Amino acid sequence: MTDKKVCLFSKDHEWVELIEEDHVRVGISDYAVEQLGDIVFVELPEVDSEVLKEAEFGTVESVKSSSEVYSPVSGTVAKVNSELEDKPELLNEDAFAQGWLMEVKTPGPFSKADLMTYDEYETYIENL
Amino acid sequence: MTGDELIFELSTPGRVAYSLPTDETPLYDLAAELPAHLVRQAEPGLPEVSELQLMRHYTSLSNKNFGVETGFYPLGSCTMKYNPKVNEVVARYPGFSAIHPYQAAETVQGAYELMYNLQEDLKVVTGMDAITLQPAAGAQGEWTGLLIFKKYFEEKGERAQRKKIFVPDSAHGTNPASAIIAGFDVVEIPSNERGTVDLAALKAAAGSDTAGLMLTNPNTLGLFETDIVEMAEIIHEVGGLLYYDGANANAILGKTDPGEMGFDVVHLNLHKTFSTPHGGGGPGSGPVGVKEHLAPYLPSPLIAKEGEQYVLKELPRSIGRVKGYFGNFGVNVRAYAYILTMGPDGLKQVSESAVLHANYLKKRLEPYFDTPYGQHSKHEFVLSGKRQKKLGVRTLDIAKRLLDFGFYAPTVYFPLIVEECIMIEPTETEAKEVLDAFADVMIEIAHEAEETPEVVLNAPHNKAVRRLDEVTAARKPIVRYTKPEEN
Repeated sequence: MTDKKVCLFSKDHEWVELIEEDHVRVGISDYAVEQLGDIVFVELPEVDSEVLKEAEFGTVESVKSSSEVYSPVSGTVAKVNSELEDKPELLNEDAFAQGWLMEVKTPGPFSKADLMTYDEYETYIENL
Repeated sequence: MTGDELIFELSTPGRVAYSLPTDETPLYDLAAELPAHLVRQAEPGLPEVSELQLMRHYTSLSNKNFGVETGFYPLGSCTMKYNPKVNEVVARYPGFSAIHPYQAAETVQGAYELMYNLQEDLKVVTGMDAITLQPAAGAQGEWTGLLIFKKYFEEKGERAQRKKIFVPDSAHGTNPASAIIAGFDVVEIPSNERGTVDLAALKAAAGSDTAGLMLTNPNTLGLFETDIVEMAEIIHEVGGLLYYDGANANAILGKTDPGEMGFDVVHLNLHKTFSTPHGGGGPGSGPVGVKEHLAPYLPSPLIAKEGEQYVLKELPRSIGRVKGYFGNFGVNVRAYAYILTMGPDGLKQVSESAVLHANYLKKRLEPYFDTPYGQHSKHEFVLSGKRQKKLGVRTLDIAKRLLDFGFYAPTVYFPLIVEECIMIEPTETEAKEVLDAFADVMIEIAHEAEETPEVVLNAPHNKAVRRLDEVTAARKPIVRYTKPEEN
């Protein structure tokens, strides 16, 4: 399981966990999941497709609404969590563990850039 | 017998609702000619009931229905106003109801005249130069409008370059959907703290790749976009076009019009603003109006007047047909009847009363619910259930509790930019007593949220069904009846 305290966060509520220096795992935060409510459908990109930082890479649909998810990094999709296809509820159960969305291979070493640390993100959502 | 059985559960083998003489034609063995996988292996299992059972079943279902003629229906951005019965009388006149679209034009001049006059009237309402009545409803109107954008850029040789459609984050979901279906890329523009489009963000986003902006005015928060003239300048300066989503036109009739605001293309929802049946009672109608420079691209044909004759006019540079025949003609008859019975002053009063009703309700509810935006609203307003959420009662619970009091629930959780959003549109057709009764109930629910939250959390208490399991219904939908023995 991913420890959320080591994750980096985007303003759009995606988290990034560093697996290797050019390989990251991406998901959405527990705050985002809480806002969405019960998730009923997750659409993910194809493996080997390119994702762009801040561009849409998939959709998360809940009983309330359908939301795009934006990639916090640029790179090539190495893996997607296909278990979510049949069990979208994994996102509600644990957004940081079985609810991860994709893994991305970045062209060079991953850089934090404008992403927030866990503490910074906590402060950010408190002020929303 | 509770009246709640499925019609399949009422079935008795061999019972029929008809009595026909014996058919003496020999049976034809179709199965012998079809490949095995297309031949039914078992009977289809259709319900077998008597005519009276059938009638009782459907009457019982219809009695569970709720419409604006049952009670207050304050569904934000949907304008669930009363549909005057005179519209229905007129629509049933044989000259309108017993004709065929393929009839020769000279035999249906009255119907053509009505469509022509409606086109002319909607030109005045929208401030546009030409109107098509073809689109079947709002979203098809949006798509039609965007195909007109596309054709316009194509003829200017800019189609490849102009990809981006701007949509505010408070927009109806149909706006981005229509833009994608029409082949554009959608760029979301944030709202400012006043709930209107962030002008600086729009300016920063606009450029030579801009196709246009889609905007609802007043927007889905019920707020008038006071910067609309500046927005139109920004978009026109970079060569883009402006699209007006007419869903909220009930707030502006006779006061201003999209043409005056600077829009190039408009759709109206006749089933909202012009009192034709809505929802299950449709179909809808979504006429599209355009300014002169886009008129050649409208769906073809239009109804034109040549001397004293009404004729079909083909447009050689048209985007093509978007719907068969003349759109939903019967709906257009109703809308025209409404315009004639109201007259220009009456239509203006529609907006004034709709706006007054919304602000009256907002004022009464303000002490009990959070109101995210301070300024006056137009024909609808949003509340936030944030205060109640802290007590463990969510907006969904408030909506369900309203059903117990005989009210339809408002739109909830939309627009997405307001937390625990409740979006209320009372419309002009409600009496003050109804608005007061609704406000009293909302206030009572706010008290319940503090004192007896379980009453709200477990609502509805007196409806045919309680809380539906929406999650399982969405994750594992059952879309077909299965007989118990097949399980």
